[in-house]
Amino acid sequence: MIGVEHYVVVSSILFVLGVLGIFLNRKNVIIILMAIELILLSVNLNLVAFSSFLGDLTGQIFAMFVLTVAAGEAAIGLAILVIYFRRRGTIAVDDVNRMKG
Amino acid sequence: MIQVLTFYLFAGIMLAAAAFTILARNPVHSVLWLIVAFFNAAGLMVLAGAEFIAMLLVIVYVGAVAVLFLFVVMMLDIDFAELRAGFIKNFPLGIAVAIVLLAEIVLGMGAYQAGSLKLGTPDGSGAPVAGASNIESIGALLYGKYLFLFEAAGIILLVAMVGAIVLTHRQRSGVRGQNIANQVARRPDEAVINTQPEVGQGVKL
Repeated sequence: MIGVEHYVVVSSILFVLGVLGIFLNRKNVIIILMAIELILLSVNLNLVAFSSFLGDLTGQIFAMFVLTVAAGEAAIGLAILVIYFRRRGTIAVDDVNRMKG
Repeated sequence: MIQVLTFYLFAGIMLAAAAFTILARNPVHSVLWLIVAFFNAAGLMVLAGAEFIAMLLVIVYVGAVAVLFLFVVMMLDIDFAELRAGFIKNFPLGIAVAIVLLAEIVLGMGAYQAGSLKLGTPDGSGAPVAGASNIESIGALLYGKYLFLFEAAGIILLVAMVGAIVLTHRQRSGVRGQNIANQVARRPDEAVINTQPEVGQGVKL
């Protein structure tokens, strides 16, 4: 039978995949943003699973707020990406050191 | 039995799609794999009885965020081969960090098997309304106990929208745009000139 443990295992694997994505694609900020979305998705999955397990909807409400912040973060992140590309002509983020003192 | 089958189906496809998201050569394929992952996560959430969040995930992520990613990937002219240069170099470190993280989670699960901490039980204020559907219960909670948090979420979205517009908006110079104030302020006596030109002289503009 499927229990909350299965959900926890799946969401933790998804979380690790997201972190791995950040480390593997350190130059490509678009993939990094997508990996962050994967991490937030795994958190949402965890919240929903525990909400269902405990019979308390607060977890689902919280998942909704996480969704809201993730959407805002994606919008702002991509906007920053667009203006960065306009100025530099590249999106390689490993040489973002303009503000280095 | 069908629940077990669907769980493993959704979970397997979701994890495979997530792996392809971070490994794909082409960012457009990455975005498409991300959409697959989100669909399957929505399936897992439906399986757990959270239909509303699942539908929200499909609408918000697949309908908005993934399309936004797709727009940006296609709008920017980027040399992706050059960006992938460090992929092999970063591989050992990435795998090491992933293994450490996974080991931590496995350790936590093992400790949980030995007896969980007593962190308290839900006080029942967020319990689903008896006989009501998932969305009705969520609505009762969202517009009741969590009303102010809900409005704060709206403000966050507004700020994000204004921020994104302010960041990407640019004033181009040298374009002939329409200036409505100038058009409205224009009077006939300064716009129309009556002249009586000599024959063959032409009109001076």
